[in-house]
Amino acid sequence: MFASFATLLRRDLTLSLRRSSDWLNPLVFFVIVVTLFPLGVGPDGQLLGEIAPGVIWVAALLATLLALDGLFREDYSDGSLEQLLLSPQPLPLMVLAKTTAHWLVSGLPLVLLSPLLALLMQLPFQALPSLLLSLVLGTLSLSLIGSIGAALTVGLKRGSVLLALLVLPLFIPVLIFGSSCVVAAAGGFETGAQLSLLAGLFFLALALAPWATSAALRISVES
Amino acid sequence: MFRWFHKLASTRNFYRLSEILSPWLSVLCALLLGAGIFLGLFVAPTDYEQGESYRIIFVHVPAAWLSMFVYMVMAFCSLLVLVWKMKLADIVAEVSAPIGASFTFLALATGSLWGKPMWGTWWEWDARLTSELILLFIYIGYMALRASIDNPSSRSRAAAILALVGVVNIPIIHFSVDWWNTLHQPASIMKFDKPSIHPSMLQPLLLCALGFTVFYWVLMLIKSRTLILERESKSSWVQERITENRL
Amino acid sequence: MTDTLIEAKDLCVSRGELVLFAERSFTLNEGELFQLQGDNGSGKTTMLRALCTLIPLDEGELFWRGEQLPGARDTYFDEMAFAGHTDGLKAGLTPVENLKWCLTDAPPSVEACIGALEKTGLAGKEDLPCRVLSAGQRRRVVLARLLLSKAVLWILDEPLTALDVSGRDLVARLIEDHLANGGSVIYSTHQPLPLTSRSADQTLLLSDAVGLAN
Repeated sequence: MFASFATLLRRDLTLSLRRSSDWLNPLVFFVIVVTLFPLGVGPDGQLLGEIAPGVIWVAALLATLLALDGLFREDYSDGSLEQLLLSPQPLPLMVLAKTTAHWLVSGLPLVLLSPLLALLMQLPFQALPSLLLSLVLGTLSLSLIGSIGAALTVGLKRGSVLLALLVLPLFIPVLIFGSSCVVAAAGGFETGAQLSLLAGLFFLALALAPWATSAALRISVES
Repeated sequence: MFRWFHKLASTRNFYRLSEILSPWLSVLCALLLGAGIFLGLFVAPTDYEQGESYRIIFVHVPAAWLSMFVYMVMAFCSLLVLVWKMKLADIVAEVSAPIGASFTFLALATGSLWGKPMWGTWWEWDARLTSELILLFIYIGYMALRASIDNPSSRSRAAAILALVGVVNIPIIHFSVDWWNTLHQPASIMKFDKPSIHPSMLQPLLLCALGFTVFYWVLMLIKSRTLILERESKSSWVQERITENRL
Repeated sequence: MTDTLIEAKDLCVSRGELVLFAERSFTLNEGELFQLQGDNGSGKTTMLRALCTLIPLDEGELFWRGEQLPGARDTYFDEMAFAGHTDGLKAGLTPVENLKWCLTDAPPSVEACIGALEKTGLAGKEDLPCRVLSAGQRRRVVLARLLLSKAVLWILDEPLTALDVSGRDLVARLIEDHLANGGSVIYSTHQPLPLTSRSADQTLLLSDAVGLAN
């Protein structure tokens, strides 16, 4: 059972690493979106520093959303999803393997790149640890919550816009706690409350999302 | 075969029940709303701080309450759809979504109207209003998902999953928005919720809330009837009614 | 006495008001070959997918070794292999990777995968990405997957699609071998399967007369 988890994780990682667009495109998108803000609001360092937590967080959220669209789509069209559903392994665990692989190639690079963007946005240096930690917990939750939407829309034409419509409202708590964590850290305040709330959201998503995603996948392959 | 008859019978029974109930409920709704609005607009005293403009709460608060209540009905129906594959529950959920979205929109519009005299802006990022706005997005997503799935049986279950995911999330969203709001708002701004309310204001408010609730039942019953006819247009009892010209 | 694998009672699947098939009953025993016949649009694919539990039944009951599906899914999926219209192969992986990274409890060894690929006529193609293989070659990878699976029951949707003459003979030979080993096969086709030693034990004809729900 856990061997199958590892197998699927390995398969998906191999596939993504062979095709760099999988992980590179959302990353470039993340950088470009953040770059747009100084161009849009002006290069005033103090203002940029103030809006940096929100901007970086919103950009990370949108990049995650962009990457989520591909979570099941290819598997759906080439029939691997069907084979996955017919495998004797517990589906929620397999879904979790796919989501983990997806996070490793799309979420983790975002987190690792965020210090660079913090630099561009003049975010105070002391906020960096909180930024990294909040993004790790937050993008994990976003991937898990988003997988439900990806599973519901995978069989639909123009499913990507619908996916955004379905999951963005559900992303709001993660955004609120995540960016407020960075704001607090930048102002020199404690971030324990925010981080524990983010961790709570993550565990809740971990406990519930794989089941909802599995049920949604079974429905999506019906047609 | 029995299950099939059973299911058909329940929508059919619901149709008849709806036919019997909706006229009575309509009358009740008119009485409640009439009394509530009359008491609210003419009898309730003018507010010490807000003047006459506070009277919009007789629409705003019931609409906001109904926007949540209808979602709960939808979530409950979704559970019935997923667990017992109840066709009727899917019908109720489907017709409830646009009604709930309308109540949400009404709550937003009246909240915005109220904001102008109170805060001097048409839109204030008040916790209540922000949560309402997100709820509207959730309703819209739900309806968009329904609209884009062709296969009726997949549609009902996919929508049910989304509604249940939403019902888990709504309290979290509510909490996070409240939390966000207290962080960002100076304490001086008055809140919508929990005003110390005078009994002469509470009475019309309760009447209006009840009236809105009955209004939802009436709308839901009537709209369900249309949908039942549409879904079961080939069944013998609908055909019979068509030939006898009593729909 | 042979075991009954699948028992189908009054299967009915509809899509909205369109009834794809209704009141289909049959049983399939171990070692039997079961053929689905019917014109385009007669519901063959839907029937096969319903037998895999990929499509829920509107009415009727389906049993696997006496246990009702989809409740008994787990034991069913241990012993069933499905090859549908889509290959279920990742284009970015080689045939061997596709075969060895399967999600069974005991994945096959690389040697076993290469052996299976040789049997299906893909010797020398083991290390090419599936993307560059032709449609027929990819079908042969699917056949290799069937060979490697320990499944008792094969459910094959149009197994001859995209295959050349030797490929069709290969399918027939694999099916005959599988039956000889006590396995069962359900397949749909509108081309005759070039079987040599036996013919289908049962044939279910799905009519194209698609009805409307009452």
